[in-house]
Amino acid sequence: MNAVLAPASFEELADAVRSAPRVLAVGAGTKPRLSAVDADVVKLSTAGLRGISEYDPSEFTFTAAAGTPLREIAAALGERGQYLPFDPMLVDSGATLGGAVASGLSGPGRFRFGGLRDFILGVRFVDGTGRLMRMGGKVVKNAAGFDLPKFFVGSLGRFGVLAEITFKVFPRPPSVLTLRLDAATPDAAVKILTDASNSRFEFDALDVTPSDPRILARLAGPRAALEAITHEVFARWPGEVLSEDAAALLWTSLREFHWSHADSPLAKIALSPSVAVSLYQAVQSIEGARLHLSAGANLAFVSLASTAQARELDERLRTLNLSGVTLRGDAPLWLGQHTRPAISEAIKQALDPLNRFPPLDPEYGM
Amino acid sequence: MRQPLIPPMGFKYTLLQRLAAIMPPGRFLERPEHLAAYESDGLTAFRARPIAVVIPETAEEVIALVRFCRAERLPFVARGSGTSLSGGSLPVPGGIVIALNRLNRILKLDPAQRLAVVQPGVVNLDVTQAAAAYGLHYSPDPSSQSICTIGGNVAFNSGGAHCLKYGMTSNHVLGIQAVLATGEVVEWGGPSRETVGPDWCGLFTGNEGLFGIALEITLQLLPRAECFHTVLAGYRTLEQAGDAVSAVIASGLLPGAIEIMDALALEAAVAAVHAEYPPGCEAVLIVELEGPREVVAADRERLDEIIAASQPVEARPARDAAERIAIWKGRKSAFSAVGRLSPDFIVQDGVVPRRRLGEALRRIGEMARASGIRVANVFHAGDGNLHPLILFDGRQPGALQRAEALAGRILEMCVEMGGSITGEHGVGMEKRDYLSAMFSADEIDCMRRIRSAFDPLGIANPGKMFPASEAPALQHHGLHPLEKAGVISRE
Repeated sequence: MNAVLAPASFEELADAVRSAPRVLAVGAGTKPRLSAVDADVVKLSTAGLRGISEYDPSEFTFTAAAGTPLREIAAALGERGQYLPFDPMLVDSGATLGGAVASGLSGPGRFRFGGLRDFILGVRFVDGTGRLMRMGGKVVKNAAGFDLPKFFVGSLGRFGVLAEITFKVFPRPPSVLTLRLDAATPDAAVKILTDASNSRFEFDALDVTPSDPRILARLAGPRAALEAITHEVFARWPGEVLSEDAAALLWTSLREFHWSHADSPLAKIALSPSVAVSLYQAVQSIEGARLHLSAGANLAFVSLASTAQARELDERLRTLNLSGVTLRGDAPLWLGQHTRPAISEAIKQALDPLNRFPPLDPEYGM
Repeated sequence: MRQPLIPPMGFKYTLLQRLAAIMPPGRFLERPEHLAAYESDGLTAFRARPIAVVIPETAEEVIALVRFCRAERLPFVARGSGTSLSGGSLPVPGGIVIALNRLNRILKLDPAQRLAVVQPGVVNLDVTQAAAAYGLHYSPDPSSQSICTIGGNVAFNSGGAHCLKYGMTSNHVLGIQAVLATGEVVEWGGPSRETVGPDWCGLFTGNEGLFGIALEITLQLLPRAECFHTVLAGYRTLEQAGDAVSAVIASGLLPGAIEIMDALALEAAVAAVHAEYPPGCEAVLIVELEGPREVVAADRERLDEIIAASQPVEARPARDAAERIAIWKGRKSAFSAVGRLSPDFIVQDGVVPRRRLGEALRRIGEMARASGIRVANVFHAGDGNLHPLILFDGRQPGALQRAEALAGRILEMCVEMGGSITGEHGVGMEKRDYLSAMFSADEIDCMRRIRSAFDPLGIANPGKMFPASEAPALQHHGLHPLEKAGVISRE
C-alpha cells in the first residue's frame, strides 16, 4: 500500500511534494489504473483541496481547486444556466476536476465545441521542485506564455501536481433532444456518423451505443427549432425521438461506464472515423469485449471481458495505428501505437528534474 | 539538395558559404537589397537585418537548415508572411531568416473526416477556400487572413473575431509534425480530434517560434454555418454598448462574434470604405448569430428584443448576405483605416474580464487624454479582448516613446484587472518586458526551462517572449509596405 498525504492548502501541497522522493497526486480514484504505481510512491490526495474559488457567470469562466468533485461544479454551473460542454465523465462516480484534467477525459459532448483541452484556460500547479506556480490565465482569451495548461491535459500528473484550474464555460442550450437512428451494420453506422457530422444540423453529440450499432444523435438549442430539424433528420435517417427519461438513462450509462465490465480493463482510444469500422471489427473479434464509439467516431472506449485480453487489444490497436490509455483494470498503461521522442524526457527534466513524479512510461523508466 | 563541396586542403569556408552550399542558388539571399524586405514585420517600430535569408521548398530542406543552424549555433527565425503584430518574426542580428512561403501546399483535404493537412506556408484563407467546395471552413480568422500563414498562426496561436464560440488556432490544431531546435523531428496527434497522453500540440501551439518549426499541420475543419444573423447597433455612449454586450451574454445566447468600434474607429472606417453608421454614435456594436436556420430564427427573436431594450440610437440587422459582408468589411477595415487618420499607430492586444470592459475603456480614454495622444478602440467585446490603436506621428521626436509608454500603462492596467497582456498577437518582441507583469520569477524560470528543453542552445527566435534579453534598438520607420497598400491590417 502506498502512503497517503492529504494537504489542506496549496502551500501544504507544495510542502507535501517536497516531503518525499517520489509522489503522485490522486483524486477520487475513479480511473485507478492511472495511479497504479510502485509502492514507494507517496500519494497526495486532493480531497482536502476543494471548492470553487471564483465564478462569475458573465465572464464564462470559473476557477476551482483540483480536488473539487465534478458533480459540485456541474451543480454550481447549472444553477446559473451554464455548463462544461465536453460532458465530463464519471461525474456521479465522484471524479474530481483535477483528475479529469490529468486523465484528459472528455465525453460525447466534445463533438460540438471540442474537448476538455479546448476549455482549460489556466492552472496553478506544483512542479517537481515544489514550486507553486500559475500558467495560462483566468480570462477566456490569453496568448501570453507557453500553454502548459493544455500540456497537463492527459499528462497523468507525471509532470506536475494540479492545485487549481480555470475553465471556460458556455451557456447551457435551452433544450436538448436525443434521437436514436437505425443502422443495420457498423459500416452503415459510421457512414451516418460521418454524414451527420458534415450536415447542416450541428449535432451536439453523435455516438454509437455499446450494445448494438445504433446511433445516439443529440440536438441542442431552442425547442421549436429542434423539433423542426428532427423531421428532416428522420427523412434522411430513420429513427425515433427518445423520451427525456430514456435519453437521460442512456447518456448517464455512457458517462459513468455502466455498460462496461466491472473489474476488467477499460481503455480510452483516440480514433478517427476512417478506422472506426476496423476498430469495431477488432473489438468484436475479442470475446465479450464492448465498444462505445463517441464524438462522431473520434473517441472510443473499450471494455474487455478479462485481463488476459489486454495483449490482444494492444496488438490490434498497434496494427490499426491507434493509441489508447487504460483507465482501470490490470493492463499496460499505454496501449497500441506509442512513441516517446527525446523531447518528452527533456520536458520531464525541465518540470521534474528530481524525478519525483512517476515516469510517463514505467516500462522504459522514462 | 546539393552535397557540400569538399574544400581544398587548408581552406575554410565561411559560415555563409557553408550555408549557401546547402541551398540552391536563388533561394539563398545575402545581398542587402534582398535582405531589406525581411528586416521588419507587422510591428513596424522594430527592424533588424539578418545575415542571410534562405527559402526552402521542402520539409527535408527545413530540417537540414535547422540542423545546420544547430551545428553552427546560428540563430534562426522562421517566417511566413511577416504579419506578426508583436514583432514575432523580427530577424535576429547575426542570424538567418528561414522563409517558409514556398512550403505552401495543402497536402490533404479530407472532407469525410473534416480535416486538412497543410504545410506551414499555406495562407490561412486558402484553407477555407479549398474547404468551401465541401461546405467546410477553417474557423480562426485573423484579419490578416488573406495573407498570414498557418505556420505563423500556429506559432502565435492567432485568434480572430470568432474566438468566443470556436476558440483560437490551438483549438483547431489536431496534429503537428515539427523539427525542433535540437534537430529532432517529432510527430504529435493526427486525424483524431481526441488525444492520448500529454497534449503536445497544445504546448507547441503559441510557442512563438522558440521551440522549432512546424512542417505539417493537421487542422480541423468545421461545417460552414448554414445561416447568419448579423446586427449592427449604434449607441450614444461606449458604456451603453458595453451594457448591451452584458445583456446578450446574460441572456444565454452564444453569438459567433460580438465586436465594438468606438467613434474614432468609426470615423476611420467611414473614410476608408465609405461604411455608413447611425449618426451621432460614440460606439457601434456588431453581434452575429450563426447556425442551422431554425435555430438562428429562434435566437434572433431573442437577440432583437435584447438589442431593442438596450436603447440603441438605431439597430440595423443585415437583410441579406451583401449587407452582412458590408458590416464586416467596415469592421475589418477599421485598422488599416486608422492609418489614414495618423501617420503611425501601435496596436495593443490586452484582455480584461468582460465585466470590466467599460471601466477599462474609460481609463484608456483618461490615460490617452492625459498623454495628449489619440486612441481608437476596436475590440472583441465578447472576449474582453481590447485593441486600442495608439496614434502618433513618428517624425516628431519622442512621439513613439510616448506612445509606447501609454501602451505599457494600458498593459499594466489589463494585468491589474485580472486579464492578460495579449489575447491573440503573442508577446513577441513588443511585450516581452511585460511578461513579468503577468508571471512571477519562478514562472518565467519554468518557461525558460521548457524553452531550453526544446532549444538548449537558444537559437530558435532568440530575444522574443522573455524579458531582459538583448534587443535591437527601437527604430521608427512607418507603416508596413503591405499595410500601406491595404493588403494587411492589424488586429
